[in-house]
Amino acid sequence: MADSETTASVLLTHEVGLHARPSVKLTKLAKTFQSAIELGLGGDGPWIDAKSIVKVMAAKAPQGTTLHFRARGADADAAVAALVGLVERDFDEVGAHVGNG
Amino acid sequence: MNAPVNPANGNVGIVIVSHSPDVAKGTAEMVRQMVGEEVPLAFCGGDPGGGLGTSVEAILAAIDRAWSEAGVAILVDLGGAETNSEMAIEMQPAERQGRIVVCNAPIVEGAVIAATEASGGASLDAVRRMAEELSPA
Repeated sequence: MADSETTASVLLTHEVGLHARPSVKLTKLAKTFQSAIELGLGGDGPWIDAKSIVKVMAAKAPQGTTLHFRARGADADAAVAALVGLVERDFDEVGAHVGNG
Repeated sequence: MNAPVNPANGNVGIVIVSHSPDVAKGTAEMVRQMVGEEVPLAFCGGDPGGGLGTSVEAILAAIDRAWSEAGVAILVDLGGAETNSEMAIEMQPAERQGRIVVCNAPIVEGAVIAATEASGGASLDAVRRMAEELSPA
């Protein structure tokens, strides 16, 4: 299998950043792909397992952070595209502006 | 990162056991709203008289409601919730032994995290480990 890596970055615009609910959505989506997927708060890392809800939540990325995704595996392209899409759509939470998300 | 094992009979179930019926119900609501409907979920809280406490009978019933062939992870709050949950586990039939665990994790955060992990088809052991990974930094 080709060992190619897919990467992409996206600006986190969600009002409360990568807090609980967005973290859950991101992790759940990541888990639907076979590829190994990592999330970086910078292009040089540190990189964390995007399928670990504990690690994603602990990253506490605030609004305005550029999130970096890198994936390796058969469905890496689809995984990165899906995750970038989720962030771009503000985690499908339009109008959800509750305090600590 | 182990590939999740997704048994034919579904995802790991989550049981929430609090001394307070309100805490148990509220925690379950958070799980449903934040994680969704993919995991079997049950909760119980309060003693049979309506006060604060936990009851083995209520925990047994909650385990039955959340039962999954993949197993059940229980999240508890204080002392009696844990000991009564352990008692309820001991009272399970032989075929369920080894497939029910009490997670050493905060009840609310642990329930959300365990359910998130379970929703992806993770094994009972992976669900417990993820919930227990959540400890004060």
